[in-house]
Amino acid sequence: MINRLRVLRAERNWSQGDLAAALEVSRQSVNAIETGRYDPSLPLAFRIAELFGLAIEQVFTSPSKEL
Amino acid sequence: MSSLAKSPSLRRYNGRVTRLSLLYAAFLMGAVYAFKHHLVSGPAAWVAAILPALAIVGIFVAIGRYLLEEQDEYLRVLMVRQSLWASGFALTIATIWGFLESFELVGHIESYYVAVLWFGGLGLGACANKLTIGNFGGRGE
Repeated sequence: MINRLRVLRAERNWSQGDLAAALEVSRQSVNAIETGRYDPSLPLAFRIAELFGLAIEQVFTSPSKEL
Repeated sequence: MSSLAKSPSLRRYNGRVTRLSLLYAAFLMGAVYAFKHHLVSGPAAWVAAILPALAIVGIFVAIGRYLLEEQDEYLRVLMVRQSLWASGFALTIATIWGFLESFELVGHIESYYVAVLWFGGLGLGACANKLTIGNFGGRGE
């Protein structure tokens, strides 16, 4: 699933490790989500969005709207 | 050290597998020695023969406990995928070998080798994880 994690992280100058620590997941999880190789569960997607103070659709692109 | 190695549930899993592997080696050597020197018979022989198997069963239980304890959903998915690969691989080889053996095309192999195939399948699953979603899972990065 396409997402803006890398951009949002960069805006805050966070490393993948920083984001992983904030979400209490492994760095591998953040990397897999960020690169679109793993789609997070809905609860984790909410946690990610809430951490950035955004709505889910502002972080993740709906698969039906992907080009 | 990787973040995977820092997962508390993975540390517990690794510790359990290490202890069970040592137990397996001790039980197996003890059983081989006891049977070779005719030190056991009757119920004691059954106990001596089954103890190494119980250590292996313990490793299966350890994998189940890891899946229950792991709080990181991505790491859990990696292990589930590895286990599915392991089961598919072991069952496929065992089924094919079983039919070949029934038609007397190959020799007999002890059934405990299914466990060996299953553990080999975990390795295949780790490679499949690396190729598809980027991480080996389990102990690997």
